[in-house]
Amino acid sequence: MFTRPVLSSAFRQAARPAPTFAFASKFTNTRTSFSPFVRYLSQETRQAIDKAVGSTPVVLFMKGTPETPQCGFSRASIQILGLQGVDPKKFSAFNVLEDDDLRQGIKEFSEWPTIPQLYVDKEFVGGCDILMAMHQNGELAKLLEEKKVLVPAEAEAAEASP
Amino acid sequence: MAGNAVVTEAGLKTKLIEQLQAIHVEIEDMSGGCGQAFSAIIVSPQFEKKTTLMRHRLVNKVLKDEIAAIHAWTPKCSTPEQWEQQKAEGREPVAPGKDTTGEVVTGTTA
Repeated sequence: MFTRPVLSSAFRQAARPAPTFAFASKFTNTRTSFSPFVRYLSQETRQAIDKAVGSTPVVLFMKGTPETPQCGFSRASIQILGLQGVDPKKFSAFNVLEDDDLRQGIKEFSEWPTIPQLYVDKEFVGGCDILMAMHQNGELAKLLEEKKVLVPAEAEAAEASP
Repeated sequence: MAGNAVVTEAGLKTKLIEQLQAIHVEIEDMSGGCGQAFSAIIVSPQFEKKTTLMRHRLVNKVLKDEIAAIHAWTPKCSTPEQWEQQKAEGREPVAPGKDTTGEVVTGTTA
């Protein structure tokens, strides 16, 4: 039986083992005017996004899930974070395709027009191009190391050994 | 700009030259024909002393409506000085999609 509440349109976290956060009900009764071009970020949406951004040290807003990205740019971003060795325990992904308030709201919240969007320690890092450039020039590795969000070396070794 | 107007390479180029005083703009339609995905090389003195993030934000501001209307936007921003250096070293940035066989980005609209 499905136990998920029918009205929970909230951001469903797309990350693997991560706990499910209770964003529900924030979006159920606040759908105001539906204009695709001009939409103001409601207080509730802003708060929900704020919480999402702070849910783990590394947060990616993407199209689709890490397992099945729905856009080449989101896929590339996930791959980069994987290559860098970001600790899954410190990472969460939010699928913007599951919630239109999130999809529009995050653009205003970050003042950034496209998705994916990466946050590290609640700070906006950039979209796919910036991530790619930082991956290539070594800045990303440096940032992730500084923020201590990579899989610990000993854990990696333990996983690698049979 | 009306939300449903078609975004063209020429239109994007004009805006960037006018509003960012860009000295070099290359726009590449990498959508494979649907007009939804563009990549760009932009060289402007206004990028001076700005981080990549700030440069992108500047471009995003100028092309707010256009970017909202398309699915994919991949800018590469350089200052005139960087651009000269890149050319001198023979590693000019190439707009992604330029020399591909029409690789299409799958996904949904922005």
